[in-house]
Amino acid sequence: MEWEVVIGLETHAQLATHSKIFSGASTAFGAAPNAQACAVDLALPGVLPVLNRAAVEHAIRFGLAVGGEVAARSVFARKNYFYPDLPKGYQISQFEIPVVSGGRIFIERDGVETAIRLTRAHLEEDAGKSLHEDFHGLSGIDLNRAGTPLLEIVSEPDMRSAAEAVAYARILHRLVTWIGICDGNMQEGSFRCDANVSVRPKGQQAFGTRCEIKNLNSFRFMEKAIEYEIQRQIEWIESGGTVVQETRLYDPDRDETRPMRSKEDAQDYRYFPDPDLLPLCIDTPWIDRVRESLPELPEAMRGRFVTDFGLSPYDAGVLTASYDLAQYFLALMADVAGEAKLCANWVSGELAAALHRDGLEVRQSRISPAQLGGLLRRIQDGTVSGKMAKEIFDALWNDGGDADTIIASKGLQQISDVSALEKIVEELMAAHPDQVAEYRSGKEKVFGFFVGRAMKASGGRANPAQLNAILKARLAG
Amino acid sequence: MNLANTSLRQLAQALQARQVSSRELAQAYLERIARLDSGLGAFITTDHERTLAQADAADARIASGTAGPLTGIPIAHKDIFCAQGWLTTCGSKMLSSFVSPYDAHVIEQFEVAGALILGKTNMDEFAMGSSNETSFYGQVKNPWDLTRVPGGSSGGSAAAVAARLAPAATATDTGGSIRQPAALCGISGIKPTYGLVSRYGMIAYASSLDQGGVVAPSADDLGLVLNTMVGFDARDSTSIERPREDYTALLDQPLKGLRIGLPREFFSGGVSADVERAIEAALQEYERLGATRVEISLPNTALSVPVYYVLAPAEASSNLSRFDGVRYGWRASRYTDLADMYERSRAEGFGPEVKRRILTGTYVLSRGYYDAYYLQAQRVRRLIVNDFKHAFTQCDVIMGPSTPTVAFGLGEKSSDPIQMYLSDIFTISVNLAGLPGLSIPAGFGEGGLPVGLQLIGDYFSEARLLNVAHRYQQVTDWHARVPALASA
Repeated sequence: MEWEVVIGLETHAQLATHSKIFSGASTAFGAAPNAQACAVDLALPGVLPVLNRAAVEHAIRFGLAVGGEVAARSVFARKNYFYPDLPKGYQISQFEIPVVSGGRIFIERDGVETAIRLTRAHLEEDAGKSLHEDFHGLSGIDLNRAGTPLLEIVSEPDMRSAAEAVAYARILHRLVTWIGICDGNMQEGSFRCDANVSVRPKGQQAFGTRCEIKNLNSFRFMEKAIEYEIQRQIEWIESGGTVVQETRLYDPDRDETRPMRSKEDAQDYRYFPDPDLLPLCIDTPWIDRVRESLPELPEAMRGRFVTDFGLSPYDAGVLTASYDLAQYFLALMADVAGEAKLCANWVSGELAAALHRDGLEVRQSRISPAQLGGLLRRIQDGTVSGKMAKEIFDALWNDGGDADTIIASKGLQQISDVSALEKIVEELMAAHPDQVAEYRSGKEKVFGFFVGRAMKASGGRANPAQLNAILKARLAG
Repeated sequence: MNLANTSLRQLAQALQARQVSSRELAQAYLERIARLDSGLGAFITTDHERTLAQADAADARIASGTAGPLTGIPIAHKDIFCAQGWLTTCGSKMLSSFVSPYDAHVIEQFEVAGALILGKTNMDEFAMGSSNETSFYGQVKNPWDLTRVPGGSSGGSAAAVAARLAPAATATDTGGSIRQPAALCGISGIKPTYGLVSRYGMIAYASSLDQGGVVAPSADDLGLVLNTMVGFDARDSTSIERPREDYTALLDQPLKGLRIGLPREFFSGGVSADVERAIEAALQEYERLGATRVEISLPNTALSVPVYYVLAPAEASSNLSRFDGVRYGWRASRYTDLADMYERSRAEGFGPEVKRRILTGTYVLSRGYYDAYYLQAQRVRRLIVNDFKHAFTQCDVIMGPSTPTVAFGLGEKSSDPIQMYLSDIFTISVNLAGLPGLSIPAGFGEGGLPVGLQLIGDYFSEARLLNVAHRYQQVTDWHARVPALASA
């Protein structure tokens, strides 16, 4: 039987605010345990939550960026359950009325832009952490993370393969980092996905029974976990089994998903509106102000790179892979006017390779757009050849400085002086009369021999175009 | 100075005139507490050292000429308010070892004013009760008759003021917990409009109903204390930001033309004859002061008790989840695993009334019952709000009995929770609507026990309510009567 895969994703994006969603404590990562948990985070008797305005702004940014509807009035609810790292015994979340409804994320399916619909995005607080090691049979509780603002983004079950799920997650990741609402750090848990996976016979309308996979903390694991889960479900059904709705945990060490809890164990969270918080009211002027502060979105920028700069859709896509990369490119373009292709090649070529090699993010680049621009201008005006430029790039990367100084100190200027080049060519022809004769008898392959020798004689600095022209003219006799 | 018949205003004047020092005043009250409270049980905690240190600071402030109206005045606080360095128990074994590391907004306001913390008063456990019999720290007894209840949940505060163990005390009111004990103890008590007193640091019972307030002998004293207690607090999202108001500003305004609304539902049976007589006499007094009676209707009054006993337990079941034995509070000494730790800690730490309300609240929020109970109750709550809105188009103030009877006997209703709940019938709807309510002494009934007259005003009409109460207290002396125990 042919099977169709159905996947929906729930993503928790940690919002990049300075303080927590309902308290003034810092959200910085990595502090000593419980050093960033104030009275409100500890849920001392009598404390009350106060909503962080910045977290709401981030949610509005997201709603606008995905073309969703920002609710004029949304409600915070309490999700009640007991767990040691949940200090109040309830999580403040949004249940019936979320801050954002609808919206779309576009992925590519068979070369065509395809919309993945979003169900909703709502604000909620994170829990703390339970630490089960190092406490000799006891558990440690760290509440630094308790109260960190999260935006839970829920997609419709619109994805049809693990690859599509990963493509969606990557584009969502790019978007939330692009609009500055999330730092996107998956290792630190700033961007976490759960996948709802089911399969159905191709052509069937009704969905199969789904399983939710948790703990997908990298794109690679997400793809492997979903692939595993798809195979597990298909094999189980084909061998006569029935999929039961359950939550499964992905174990990357064994590359498998394992049951965590079944639907029967599902808790009754007893949601009800939090009486400590008023309904969240967002008026149109606020939404308008946020809209004005939104940067150009990646898809629009990509389109503009194609139409305005004449870049290929592929190049434009590479350059808009992240906000920082696009900003780097734009800064470079401002520095080296009118050389979009040259800039694009260097950013997606040498720069990307160097960053990747050293494991750096764009914002950690050892060469600034101004430094790279200085180099590209020397390519542009013919001072250095492309080959030389790569050498200079390495020098800039390793030792800093600026291209002009390096060119001057290392004597790397291209020889474009016609008389100097003519002299080299004349000497070469005088030294190799046999090859000259061969060329003139029609063996034009010998031309390459002269180019190589002339380059060598110039120390690699000969302007290739000029050299070619002079050689052609002289050899022709 | 005879503390049994000196008002808070007189104490403040004596302090300003340097006729008495704050230290002397504090010592005198602490002496009274030491002498008289063993038979009452009104206080859970006193701390002479802390109180006297505050008194010395207040005396220095008075000497420097920077004192405010409450500087140097000892105030007792219901043990629901977190006060830094003080045991803050909420009347529960669960918090029997909880020393608060922070101050409630209310405590901060008194601190800024230079008032002293005289002690922490007893209360029904987590403010759940109408008789002060559910406290882990024992019953509080009614100073007028030690075999009777003082009312609850602010029974400790009310008994302390009735016995003149404190010139005034803070209290909280979720369904009548200020007005009912004030009535049963023969003192004045006000629950302001919801949102006027910050709930930050006030241990939550039912967040949408809880409101801090004050009990004192007279309306005048209530106004003085309210001036300090009310104030916007950004840490409470339901706190209302409005200009500071002097709640004593209107006290002497004449009552001519005042329209008193009398809800049919408050006078149609269910009220004992002695209470009815006292209320009728009070209304005649008001007519002599120039007021007129208007018959009104609050048709959903009967629904207020069931609505309250859905909504308050629902919120409580969630509010009390934080008491899990993990970070602070009672933790069972023996347990096998995490679930067992929760179960034992909460089973040991909470008393039966608290458990009953947690169970009720958990039930009404459960899947399949939420719509029928919680949502339905919210709908009725809106009807009750509308009843009051309509009523205030016809009258300026609503009056009626604060309670159906005078103080009942200790143990009389503790085995029948429904009977106990019904004793809050006249006070609960005010919380559901978020309106201000006041109870003032209006004579005595059966057994020489005090009767309370309830005044309900429109939103933010506290100053007017205090005025209406004050004019009555100018022509009567019920509020100045003290139980025999207090004059000892």
